[in-house]
Amino acid sequence: MTSQAPSKQILSLDRVVIRFAGDSGDGMQLVGEQFTSTCALMGEDIATLPDYPSEIRAPAGTIAGVSGYQLCFGTSEVYTPGDGVEFLIAMNPAALRANMPALNPGATLILNEDAFQTRQIEKAGYAANPLETGELNGFRVLRVPMAKLTGEALGGAGLAAKQVDRSKNFFALGLAYWLFHRDPSHTERWLAKKFGAKPEVYQANLQVFRAGQAYGAQQTGDLPHYQIRAKAKARGPGTYRQVSGNTATALGLLAAAKRAGLQLFLGSYPITPATDIMQTLQQYPDFCKVLQAEDEIAGIGSAIGAAFGGALAATSTSGPGFSLKTEFINLAVITELPLVIVDVQRGGPSTGLPTKTEQSDLMQAVFGRHGESPIAVLAASSPQDCFDAAVEASRIALKYMTPVVLLTDGYLGNGSGVWRVPDLQDLPELPTMLTTQVDGFKPYSRDPETLARPWAAVGTKGLEHRIGGLEKEDGSGAVTTSAANHEKMTHLRAEKIERITRDMPPTEITGDPNAEILVLGWGSTAGVIQLAASHLARQGIGVAIAHLRYMNPMPPDLEGLLRRYKKVLVPEMNSGQLWYRLRAAYLIDMDRLNKVQGQPFRADEIELKIKSMLGVQ
Amino acid sequence: MGAAVVGTGVTGTVTATNLGLKRADFVSNVDPKWCAGCGCYSVLRWLTGTFPGMNLPREKFAVISGIGCSSRTPYYVDTFGFHTVHGRAMTVATGLKITQPDLSVWVMTGDGDALSIGGNHFIHMIRRNPDIKVILFNNQIYGLTKGQASPTTAKGKKTKSTPFGSFDQPLRPLSMAIAAGATFAARVADTDGELMADILAQAAAHRGAAFVEVLLNCVIFNDGTFSHLTDKAVKNDTTVRLRDGAPLVFGAAKNQVVTIDGFRPRVETFEPGAALPTNALIHDVGVEDPSLAFLLSNMEHPELPVPVGVFRKVAAPVYDDNYAPRGGDLGKVLQGNEAWVENDLGEIKPAAR
Repeated sequence: MTSQAPSKQILSLDRVVIRFAGDSGDGMQLVGEQFTSTCALMGEDIATLPDYPSEIRAPAGTIAGVSGYQLCFGTSEVYTPGDGVEFLIAMNPAALRANMPALNPGATLILNEDAFQTRQIEKAGYAANPLETGELNGFRVLRVPMAKLTGEALGGAGLAAKQVDRSKNFFALGLAYWLFHRDPSHTERWLAKKFGAKPEVYQANLQVFRAGQAYGAQQTGDLPHYQIRAKAKARGPGTYRQVSGNTATALGLLAAAKRAGLQLFLGSYPITPATDIMQTLQQYPDFCKVLQAEDEIAGIGSAIGAAFGGALAATSTSGPGFSLKTEFINLAVITELPLVIVDVQRGGPSTGLPTKTEQSDLMQAVFGRHGESPIAVLAASSPQDCFDAAVEASRIALKYMTPVVLLTDGYLGNGSGVWRVPDLQDLPELPTMLTTQVDGFKPYSRDPETLARPWAAVGTKGLEHRIGGLEKEDGSGAVTTSAANHEKMTHLRAEKIERITRDMPPTEITGDPNAEILVLGWGSTAGVIQLAASHLARQGIGVAIAHLRYMNPMPPDLEGLLRRYKKVLVPEMNSGQLWYRLRAAYLIDMDRLNKVQGQPFRADEIELKIKSMLGVQ
Repeated sequence: MGAAVVGTGVTGTVTATNLGLKRADFVSNVDPKWCAGCGCYSVLRWLTGTFPGMNLPREKFAVISGIGCSSRTPYYVDTFGFHTVHGRAMTVATGLKITQPDLSVWVMTGDGDALSIGGNHFIHMIRRNPDIKVILFNNQIYGLTKGQASPTTAKGKKTKSTPFGSFDQPLRPLSMAIAAGATFAARVADTDGELMADILAQAAAHRGAAFVEVLLNCVIFNDGTFSHLTDKAVKNDTTVRLRDGAPLVFGAAKNQVVTIDGFRPRVETFEPGAALPTNALIHDVGVEDPSLAFLLSNMEHPELPVPVGVFRKVAAPVYDDNYAPRGGDLGKVLQGNEAWVENDLGEIKPAAR
């Protein structure tokens, strides 16, 4: 296979932002994933952003049906899937039109010319063929008759027209491989494995994939191709893989259960964009027990039952499901059972934007329950970090006998990056409050240090006891309506959560700690804040960065840290929920930057805000 | 109740306990706070009477409840107990049972708890068939909120929430359970201790979800709602005791029998000692097809006698058996299928699988 033509112009780049877009049935997620895996295996960094509609197969050729997969790959500063798209591979006019706002000026457009027929142009909402109106003049356009070339590559293969048409995503992928000097071996191995049982399908896809590469090599026009510069510094020795946030969350729960010496139980219900956590764990019945419950409430109810039985129990969901679980979260609060609730946030309220991302459940996680109901809330900051965050959420739940909400979001859950696979032995041991001590057992006695109550799992001889949602007497756990006891228990529950701060490491400052301005972020904005700061550093503008993992209780050093900086910016994908909470807690005024569009921040949005706060152009 | 006489199953065998546990061992030191004369006391008595016969140590029992008068039961039973939230006890029980399949898990629920707010969990727990026992205290009223109509309240009944009479069609708990695929379904009145002991023992011995409806009198808000089925003077004429393999003979004179005409049950009178009508319905608890049990569950007073006893008892795969983790190398799971190893120089090779 000769996919490189030495005579052609080769340009070197540090990183590239590319997006594959087509109908939701065109297999764009698949080719995006293939491209990503190959980049990762070539030693490059990656950050991905699948962007798919909530409809499964909206009418073909319409804007509503466009499915996209964006990734940034390269060897430095790959913190996000990228702000603007530099290379767009569009399988039809709708995919082009839907992605126009995301394109960088001068972007390269690789268009499936065969799809630019009158009917499809109209369906995409164009008045005239955009290839002919001049509206693409600012871009470098490569018109490729992909359907025709796919058909030719498969001439004589005896495949049905529909099957031929469905292979054209591999033509596009092959062309992209040629364009960026990708090693085709991973994808070829993948095809062999996937279609091993159907040799004719395997051969067809392989031929089309190779035809795409050969097509690039044969181009005589002025289309350059690209090489990614070698890495300045290796990642360091270790085992690596690509991981999505949802997978990392699931693996984190498995690892936490192992380190705690407990069974893992997940009670869950399918909901976008959290379903993959459940589906990942369902692949490992030898390591955990997963109940796909009849509804969100049963998901958490079964988890609470499992916690009563001494398992590390978790439930995974997104906004609407998180609302439904609220009453049961309070049962876990008053019965003081360990429980991890993963909320993969999406655009709300109500059904909102199911496939889009947002950080708008923070207030609900911290405060959104009846009664005085303190719980721990953590946030993950990258797809890879979902693993550590899930382990930490489990640690806190087990040590303090409390429900813990882990906030991730659609961008983290679906996005992926390269992850160094930890050695299980290197993870912290997770001590539990499990007890078998019969003498002096009281269900609501407390550890003097943490205030956690003992965990007397069902089945433990001599520790038979009753718990429930009625207020408990301090110590004995007997049902009581005593006024003084209720106030005491309210304070004890709050104090127990507050004591989690004793375990917290100092809040880390990155970027330029001596800068005038601090950017305080949380959750999935970590990458884009870092990218913005690194752009600004090149312009001589220093920015200090702190990123919150502990949303409740907040780190004890946070107030002092905020007071150290003249200016503080809190960017959030909501209308200012952390900002509001910080002001209420510390009486410190801060600036905020808010975006509620179902899309992550772009680095330039943050840069612009920082510059305006500093009064620089 | 002594340990050795508990648990008379349908075959008449007596399950003796070799653990030496007695009913008193299962009674907690919390005094029940039910109204005097409440049918709940009866369930508590026969439930704690059933446990010693199961030959399990006390720590292996868990009594789980939702909200309502029925759901105070766990506090009065000296085992592990969990008074959860309204309608959702079966979800908690399911998670617990999956976690520890060797437990004996019992759910105490009511007509509002199981059929209204918890209706969804009820049908889904039943259809999965976990090895969980459910006792539904059906008093046809919301007792703990002081007298509102429940899903089983009779049409026309005046309650606090139906001042002009209820116009909702009541649900039949057994019909729902059987339609959802219940592998064990039974009904008993709170006043019939002998039958309750028998049914609870059979439920305990059944592998799978066992559903027991208890017709239970609420002395305060719905007093006498089942008296037409429980008063000694009439109960022999208004109820029929189901016996496996036997015709549905009832009546003080034992001269009435339920016959079947197409799909319709009827009552016929016959001469005691004479041959039964050829179309007399013969009960069969073990028949796979749920039609007979469903038909029986729809028999209502006054057109037909109300059946009590075991409606259905069939063997079926048990849900909790699906969970049997064998463990293994979790490190491999973390690695996945496409991991690679890098060295100091950034050279890459696929990770060993």
